[in-house]
Parts: sequence; C-alpha cells; structure tokens
Amino acid sequence: MKGTFQRKYLGIPYALYLLVLVILPLIVIVSYAFTDSNGRPGIGNFISFFTDPNTLGTLVYSLVLAFVTTLVCLLIAYPAAYFLAASRIRSKSAILMLMVMPMWINFTLRITALKELLTVVEGNLAFHPFMNSVIGMTYDFLPFMILPIYNQISRIDKSLLEAAADLGADPRQAFIRVLLPLSMPGVVSGISMVFLPAMTNYVVLDMLYNSTYIMGSLIGSYFSAYDWHGGSMISLILLVIICLFTLIAGNDENEGSVRGGSVL
Amino acid sequence: MRKNIIALALSAALIVGTLVNTVSVIPVQAADDVITIRVCNWEEYIDEGGWDDDEVIDLESGDILGENALYEDFEEWYYETYGQRVHVEYSCFGTNEELYNMLTLGDKFDLVCPSEYMIMKLMTEDKLVPYSDGFFDEENELNYYIRNVSPFIRETFESNEIDGEYWNEYAACYMWGVLGFLYNPDVLSEEEVSTWNLLINEDYCRQITTKDNVRDSYFATLGAIKGDLFLSEEFLNDPDYHDRLAEEMNDTSEETVAEALEFLQQVKDNVYSFETDSGKADMVTGKIFSNLQWSGDAVYAMDQAEEEDVYLAYSVPEECTNLWFDGWVMLADGIEGDAARQQACEAFVNFLSRPDNAVRNMYYIGYTSSIAGGTDGDQIFEYVDWNYSAEDDEEDVVDYDLGYFFGDEESGDYVLTVPEEQTYRQLFAQYPPKEVTDRSAVMRYFDGDANARINRMWINVRCYNIGKIKAAGWAAIIVAVLAVAAAAIYFKSGKKKTKAIRRPPQPQ
Repeated sequence: MKGTFQRKYLGIPYALYLLVLVILPLIVIVSYAFTDSNGRPGIGNFISFFTDPNTLGTLVYSLVLAFVTTLVCLLIAYPAAYFLAASRIRSKSAILMLMVMPMWINFTLRITALKELLTVVEGNLAFHPFMNSVIGMTYDFLPFMILPIYNQISRIDKSLLEAAADLGADPRQAFIRVLLPLSMPGVVSGISMVFLPAMTNYVVLDMLYNSTYIMGSLIGSYFSAYDWHGGSMISLILLVIICLFTLIAGNDENEGSVRGGSVL
Repeated sequence: MRKNIIALALSAALIVGTLVNTVSVIPVQAADDVITIRVCNWEEYIDEGGWDDDEVIDLESGDILGENALYEDFEEWYYETYGQRVHVEYSCFGTNEELYNMLTLGDKFDLVCPSEYMIMKLMTEDKLVPYSDGFFDEENELNYYIRNVSPFIRETFESNEIDGEYWNEYAACYMWGVLGFLYNPDVLSEEEVSTWNLLINEDYCRQITTKDNVRDSYFATLGAIKGDLFLSEEFLNDPDYHDRLAEEMNDTSEETVAEALEFLQQVKDNVYSFETDSGKADMVTGKIFSNLQWSGDAVYAMDQAEEEDVYLAYSVPEECTNLWFDGWVMLADGIEGDAARQQACEAFVNFLSRPDNAVRNMYYIGYTSSIAGGTDGDQIFEYVDWNYSAEDDEEDVVDYDLGYFFGDEESGDYVLTVPEEQTYRQLFAQYPPKEVTDRSAVMRYFDGDANARINRMWINVRCYNIGKIKAAGWAAIIVAVLAVAAAAIYFKSGKKKTKAIRRPPQPQ
C-alpha cells in the first residue's frame, strides 16, 4: 500500500491548519500566560486578574453586555422565527433571505451606517454607550439567532401539535408543552452563537463610542502595552469560560437532537 | 481600533513569524549589481505622485509637480548621481508599537521612520546604526539634509540625549509638530480652547474627543493638572524654564500617575470618545466641537472641512504643548555593516530633504517638514508664502514671523503677511509661531517601571471598576443568573418527562 493515495491524506491540509493556527498558538498562549516578564513560571498573572477590581469589573461588564444582547436577540428572533416557520406563506425563503441579508455585508460597514442612523435618532451617541453597544451587537448578531431557531422549528412535525390539540391542549399549552421544548436546541445554539462573540466584539464598542473596555479590548490593551504575559492569561481565562459554556450548552444540544431524531 | 486588531493579530503573527524566520534564509539582494534597501514608513507619509496637471505648485524658483512616487524618483536619481542601481522596497506601518512589534517578530528593515519616543527606545536597545561622518559634511553638495534642516530642529536634535547619546547621531528629522485642539470657532471661544482643562469642561459634556493613546492623553493630563504651576510668574521667569518644563512633563512618579488616573476618569466621563481616527470626520459632520489633535492632522482636517464649507480652527493650550518628531533611523539588523547599503539609506534621507522634494511631501501629506532650505534653494519658504500669503487687495492682514524656523530672526526676510484667520488656522497649525514652540516639551520614552505604571493607569481608566456596581446592580445580576439557571433546569427536567411519556414500552 505504500505510496498509493489514501483517503485520509485529504485531511492533511486541515491537520496543518489545526497545527499551525490553533495548536501552536495555544501552546504559545499557555506558555506566556504562566510566566512573568522575566520568564519565570508562576500563576501571578492569574492571581492579578482575579484580584484587580478593574479587570474583574471588565469581566462582569462583558458578561452583562453579552447577556443583555443575547436576551434582546432572543426576544426579537424567537417570535420572528416562529411566525415565519409556522406561517403558510409561499415567500418564506424570500423573507428568510431578507432576515439573513445583513450577514452578506461586512459588519463594520453596517455599524458605520447604524452609527449615522442612531445619531439622527439620539442626537449624541456618547450619552448612551451601553444601550448603543447592545443595539449595535443585536444588529450584528440577530441573524445568528434567527437561523438556528427557524431551522429547528421548521423541523418539528406539525402532527405533534395536532396531536396535542386532539388530546385537549389549547394553543397556549401546546406551545409551552410541545413546541417550546422541541425548539430548545435551536435556541441553545443561537445563544451560543451570540453570547460568546458578544463578550469580545469590541469593534462595535469602539465604533459606537463606548470607551469602556470589554474582554476583547482588554486583551488588546495588554498587548499594545507589551504585556504579553498578562494578555495571554486573560485570553486563556476567556477561553476557559467559553469552553465551560459550550460544554454545558453542547450537552444540552446533543440530548436535544437525539430526542428530535426519535420524534421525527 | 486598529491598534487593538493588530495586537490580537499579533498572537497569530508571532507564531507564523518565528516559523518563517527559522526556515527562510533567502538572500535579500535580488541581483548582484542592485542594492536593495528596505524602507518602512507611516502610511500615506510620502508623496506617491500622480498629481493632476492643475495641482502644479508654481513657485518663483520653478514649478513643482509630483509625477512618480518619491522613492521611485530616488532610484533614478541615485543611478544618475552615483552610477549605482538601487531598489527601494517600500512598506508601511500604522503605529509605533506596530513597527516595534514587527521588528521584534523578525521583520528586517534598513530605514524606518518612527516617532521620537520610539527612536529613543530603539537607541537604548542598541538597535540603531549611527549616521556616518560623511552625512554631516556640509561641504558636500549632496548632503541635502544637513545643509537644509531647520536650525530649530537641528538644535533640538543636537541637545536632546538619551543614555548620553544625542538624537542627531542616530536620527534625521522628517516631520514635526505640536499637540493641540482642533475646534469649531463658532461654538468654542479662544479662551475655552486655550487650556488642557477643556477635556473636563462640563459645558461641552460629550462634545469633545481625546486620543485613544496613552501618551497623548497623559501629556494633556499633565498639562492640565500642573497648569497652575506652568502659568505662574515664578515658573515662567525661571532661567531654567525649558528644562523644568521638560522635567515636569516627563514626571512619572507614583503620585502624579495617581493624580492623572483621577483626571482621566473625569475625562472619560466627559468626552465623546477616545478616538484613533474618527475625530476628524466627526468634526466635519458636527458630532463634536473639539478634538485633541496633532498639528499635521489638524491641517489636513481643516482642508477637508473647508471643502464641506465648515471652518475649523486650531489652538495650542497656554500651559504647554508636546513637541513631536518623526525621524529616519537605520536599523543594525538590516544594514548588517554593509557600507553600500548604509550609503544608499543616507542618500535616501538626503534626497527626501532636497527642498523641492520636501515641498512635494508637505503638499501631499499636510505635515510640516523639518527642512527649511536656504543653502539649496528657498522653495520651502516660497511654498509657505504661496500657500498662505494674503492677496494684495486683502484686508485684515497681519505679519507672521517664522524667522525662528528658517534661522534668520533679524532680517525680517521670513515674515509673511497673511490673512488674520491664518493665525489660528492652517498656517498656525503647520508652522506654529515661536511663542508656541517656546512652551513646548518633548515627551520622552518611559522605561521599565514608569512605562508599566502608565500603561496600567491607562487600562484602569478604560476598565469598568467592579466597585461601581451598586447593590441594585448586584441584585439584578443575581436575579438574571437565577433565572437562567431556573430555565435550564426547567427545560432539562421537562425533557425527561416528555421522554418518559413519549417512549413506547420496549418489547422485552
């Protein structure tokens, strides 16, 4: 068999990508994170992140901003996805395309346009930095919330709802007891696609004149101050938070899809 | 913004850079008879040619027009002058920190153009090659730099040192300027913009921007918190005024940094934003009324605004201002002791310093060249005159003395007659009068602890302090966490129930 083509060779480009752009940088980050500026190993960076009220405050601020953004996205996206999936209109795909269309345009361009719009509405953007950031991020991330929820709801077998009605559930009960639980996998994947990037999407804050750092800009500020060690530690902490989150959400999603599969 | 993106991209670049460097030992010179010099400059910081015919600058001494990029003209000029082919590999950087990171990551350049504090940092790290003695020979007609540099700049570069070495040994000044406020004169009075305290002036809450840059913001802050001292009679009349001012403006003691933190927190609560480059556009669209700005960018912004029929002005606070420079330095890592390459780099600096080329750069960039001319032609002064002098029939004209820059304060040859408005508009920004440069100080490179202290202070200003969260805030956070947890538990348990109901009993 030597020298002949094997199908697994097709995986080599991705393996290289993984090695050079994911694994090696990760090793660099870890080695920077657990050393100080003199190269001595230690957990000083870790301790200083969790004892400094400013860095800790930034973590809380990022979490709150991401939470509010996710909540707003969910409140807008769920009804939209639900009505679209449940409706009988024929132009479904056209409407869906309209909803997703913003994703085709680079988000910095969209935020630039949004900035002008908000200025017309609010007058002076700098008085509402938090609210503007939420609006900007919602604008940015909404399609990522709508799509998975829509897909999940469209996959639900209509006969389940009919069965619920036959068994005496009124529409409200049928929604809460049948449709909502069955659409949860879509909601969970929507949440993870909005919540995690929202914690670090500092470009939106910069462009909408919010001068407060979030996790992304905090890491950047460490690097531009040549503090590679502190910056790497914060990246690592962020990575751990993201891993924990996806671990919890991922579990949920797997169960959900198994269940969805058995139903359909 | 860009700075942050770059910083993040660096983590990726670091790894790629080290990999590439270990494997590539490709020779730099493409052909044996061509010397390649690798030049790295700020973006849009050299005349790249392509002017329209109507852009010609018709000075008395002849027309000036940029056809090709200056570095291309240099290649031709060098061959004609020295009979040797040179190829300029021209590239750009966005910030001093980016350039520094490029160098530490292993990029090789021969000639770069950082700002004064980065020059000092590179000097202390022994990364630079001093200019050769031949470069300073005023008898040599091809030494345009030393023959034409403004005495004001020359004196500054000869008197500023770091670790016992003077700047002029390692750096040739390219562009220079001061720090001040670009403002809308219809809204703000001259008095209001004449102090660094404008940044915390609550009458203009959320209508002024400052720089998203620790050094500029720290400078403005020191100017404000030490303002009373700087304006006191005793201080102004001190024979050592300049030394004392420089010392005060480079104060990085713990108490001062703590005071600066407090001031900058007030600034943060009062300004529209910390911006890197949106300020100029926001001035034109009227989002903001004033903007902390370097003089060169201010000239550009005023020109741009004029096209939209918006008239902006420039002011330098009374307390003091920051005198900044960008200068050409040669890197030891790139030159590697190659005399021919060093000679080509020095010739490149000289070529850019030829007065007609300096005019081309100034016209193209809007910044102020370090070159005053004189020995090799009066194009610079003619250009300033061509640009700013009043028309013959104009009223409201005033005299504007630039003798200090052109090195002749007695004869009155360098006094312009200009429209009164130019004393606070483009001319003022491009060539600030002597009383402004007299109250200027150079901000040095902060080493080790001082640098860490100031950077830490800056991060603290920008972070959200956890102590600011009130009890109600914590309550809301706890409620949100509980609500999420409750929802998660509800749906997980609900799932089990539906599962139990749904599954038909399995046949045994």
